[in-house]
Amino acid sequence: MASNEIPQLLPGTLFMLILQALARGPLHGYAIARRIKNASDHGLEIEDGSLYPALNRMLVKGWLKAEWGTSENNRKARFYRLTAEGRKQLHTEAEEFNKLVKSIQLVMRTV
Amino acid sequence: MSTFREWINRLLYLGRHHRFTGEMSDEVRFHIEARAAELQESGISKEEAEARARREFGSTQLALEDSRAAWQFRWLEDLITDLRVGFRMLWRSPGFSALAILCLTLGIGANAAVFSWVEGILFRPYPAVVHQERLMALTGTARGESGPTGLSWPDYLDLKKNATLFDAFFVSQIMGTTLSIGDRAERAIGSIVSSNYFDALGVHPVLGRGFEAGEDTGRNAHPVTVISYQLWQGRFKGDPAIVGKTQRFNGVVHTIIGVAPEGFYGTFVGWAMQFWVPASMEDTFEAGGYKLEDRGSRWMEAYVRLKPGVSQRQAQAELSAIARRLEIDFPATNRGRSAKLWPLWQTPFNNANTLLPTLGIMLAVVVFVLLIACANVGNLLLVRSFARRHEITVRAAVGAGRGRLLKQLLTEGLILSALGAAGGLLAAHWSRHALVLLFPARGGVSMYLPGDLDWRVLGLSAGVCIITTLLLGLVPAMQASKIDLAAALKSEMGGVVGGHGKSWIRSSLVVAQVSLSFVLLVGAGLLIQSLQKIRSGHPGFSTHGVVATSIDLVGAGYDEPRARDFDDELMLRVRALPGVESATLSRMSPLGFRSYSSSPIALDGYQTPPEEQPTVQYNEVGPDYFATLGIPLVTGRDFTPADDEKGALVAVVNETMAAQFWKGKSPLGQRLQVKGRWMQVVGVARDSKYSSIRELPKPFFYVPLRQNFAILPCLTIRTLLATETIAPVLAREVHALDGNLAPYEVISMQEQVDRSTASQQVAVTLLGVLGALALALAAIGLYGVMSYAVSQSTRELGLRMALGAGSSDLLRLVMKDGLVMTATGVVVGALAALGLTRLLGDMLYKVSPRDPLAFGSALLVMLIAASVACFLPAWRAARTDPMRALRNE
Repeated sequence: MASNEIPQLLPGTLFMLILQALARGPLHGYAIARRIKNASDHGLEIEDGSLYPALNRMLVKGWLKAEWGTSENNRKARFYRLTAEGRKQLHTEAEEFNKLVKSIQLVMRTV
Repeated sequence: MSTFREWINRLLYLGRHHRFTGEMSDEVRFHIEARAAELQESGISKEEAEARARREFGSTQLALEDSRAAWQFRWLEDLITDLRVGFRMLWRSPGFSALAILCLTLGIGANAAVFSWVEGILFRPYPAVVHQERLMALTGTARGESGPTGLSWPDYLDLKKNATLFDAFFVSQIMGTTLSIGDRAERAIGSIVSSNYFDALGVHPVLGRGFEAGEDTGRNAHPVTVISYQLWQGRFKGDPAIVGKTQRFNGVVHTIIGVAPEGFYGTFVGWAMQFWVPASMEDTFEAGGYKLEDRGSRWMEAYVRLKPGVSQRQAQAELSAIARRLEIDFPATNRGRSAKLWPLWQTPFNNANTLLPTLGIMLAVVVFVLLIACANVGNLLLVRSFARRHEITVRAAVGAGRGRLLKQLLTEGLILSALGAAGGLLAAHWSRHALVLLFPARGGVSMYLPGDLDWRVLGLSAGVCIITTLLLGLVPAMQASKIDLAAALKSEMGGVVGGHGKSWIRSSLVVAQVSLSFVLLVGAGLLIQSLQKIRSGHPGFSTHGVVATSIDLVGAGYDEPRARDFDDELMLRVRALPGVESATLSRMSPLGFRSYSSSPIALDGYQTPPEEQPTVQYNEVGPDYFATLGIPLVTGRDFTPADDEKGALVAVVNETMAAQFWKGKSPLGQRLQVKGRWMQVVGVARDSKYSSIRELPKPFFYVPLRQNFAILPCLTIRTLLATETIAPVLAREVHALDGNLAPYEVISMQEQVDRSTASQQVAVTLLGVLGALALALAAIGLYGVMSYAVSQSTRELGLRMALGAGSSDLLRLVMKDGLVMTATGVVVGALAALGLTRLLGDMLYKVSPRDPLAFGSALLVMLIAASVACFLPAWRAARTDPMRALRNE
């Protein structure tokens, strides 16, 4: 990275990243943000302000379910988990994204 | 993912939306605390960690709003919010709201009322009838005559038999009669119809039956009748055993065979039919004998229903072809004759025809009124939007998008116009029968002209409402999108009103209102003048000092010999009355309700052009007719008592007839053949008006009543007594002759003229009312703008006063500004009127569409109204206290 700024998320990938973060099990909102940040080695950061609207939009779509539980430090927190539909959506989006990335790489290497 | 699932989820959310904010806040708080704890672990102080976590998160409010938005039907909730805010705004300024809603109620109400009349009178006049959209009127035509003629029964049968493009052919001929119940006699209106009438209309009697095939043949062979629901309920008190009972019409006993359903008024725009008889009874109700076998007697009117998909052109082509064959087969009666179809709204033989031009003009006029009302409300909104510019700026500053602001302003417009539309429809509902009130009842029977507030009218009104909304919302929206509002307001130069930066919108709205109402004033002026010309124009007979009435001998069961004796006795008595100069009997009085007899004529020394079968109308009149009516004789003599059954057959022709058929030679002593009888011309009378005051001179002749007897006579009396004075005297004389008889209403000939011009009167009344409405609206608009301008210019006015201007200077200043706007509006309006008044067309009678008097009086009225509207604000300006005004700074 030339600058130390955190790069912008590619448009349209926020839902996919959240779905992927939840693929291994339910998490609360803060944990989702942290997991994406850590997994990308601080390369990606979700703005806190846009995380919750996105989660709610996905709830509306039926990809996620939310339920109240207890956090690691014994606090009341809201946990999100994938529904079957959400898993299917993750699969589709990931596939499409891989295809896109491969095509871009192909262009970048050959042209 | 299905959208359906999303909708379900959203709907489920509605059940727990009250918990949403709390839960969401908890979640956000947990997020921030978790982040703070993490930061604290990396060695930052607690306070700093918390502050940083909060900063990183950004606006919690925004996150909350956006999250909630995911669940909402956004537009719906926005709309509800906008409506709530809108209602609150309107509630806060009740004066403004009431004025705005009143303006719109008037504007939309006028539109809805006229729409409902157009719908109920022109387009769907017969609501109980099936498929009236394919119904058309059918009349005859004659070569060389522009208007329609009647149809003869044999021609009707032949057209019906040979035509293939029609579902139905039926006859419906209006006639009046006397309905006697016990010793009481009242006038009633009915129709002579073909036997398929009810079946063709798809109207099924609620009691008994309709007519059966064959009941329309044979002279007086089927004295049966179907009565209207209203007649059944009213006269017969809803008697459930009415079918099979009898009723006497014109002295003939008819058996009641059925009762028509409620809401069915027959097929004649303007009058509600009370009973129907089959065509076979024609002889009983129509003058001039049995006509069902006479191809030359064109006495009736008909309707057809086209088959689905058949155009008027195709149908007309088929009828014309059949008519051409009839012309060849029956040259004696059908030469130059054909048949013509008319759309219902152009039906030439009922009141659709007389009301069509009036309603057409009214449609244009109400659009004008609506525009004026909209301009007015727009102006009010605009003035208020200045007062609200603070609020709007604040809302824009806190991030409301322009679209959102626009939506709010449009919502306010929608509330106003919806309330206005509701009020307007209510007004239209109340006035749907109002048109009838403008027409005088004739002979005791009032007209039936219903408006129809059906879904089309409602739809059209809704359309008007939406357009109004857009117009209303747009004006302040334009204002709201102006960024440099404040700067614009400061640029005060020149006059009080005209020079203000942004006030040009308001000024031009006022100018538009003034010009629109000026056009209406000019139109009203022109129609008033036409009406005056019509009423004051000499109809060719005396309108003053002559009264007319009639006595129904037919209904009382008189036969011809008895009627003759009665007539003789009556004339002796009436002529002997004090104050009576002369008196006469005739079958018709001029401009009367019924139609004249007409006959094909032939004469010595006049070669009939091969294409033509000249048919001329005539009146059967008694001795002294011309002297009594005041119709001058050019040469020859009036009829005398000697022109009776025993005398030689004679006739008097009018000037136009003399000129047309005798070409400059004197017709005196020449012979004229009428209905196969030769009669000698003994006089030439001046042309006068016969059926309508606006008709062009036409050939017409008179024959002695005694030689062409009619049982139902009109009595015309030349007297200086008032109608009220002579009416009881006449009633006494008639009663003395026959205790069962009473004369109908006694009216002066002037009254007769007035009644015959009722449709002009209606147009004048309507345009007058709407013109006054428009003027009032424009004046309110002018007043509003001037008041506002004055209130906004207090500082400037105070300054002028401090610098030495007197009260009268300020008064003049404000008046000048208002009158300049008015003058601009008048100029624009005058230019528009010069182009538009031509559209009044036929409504104008002997008045030029550019008549200077109409324009002048419109100008005068406008100036007076404008001066009144400007004076109050000007007077207020003149009383400005300079100290207070400047201290307000």
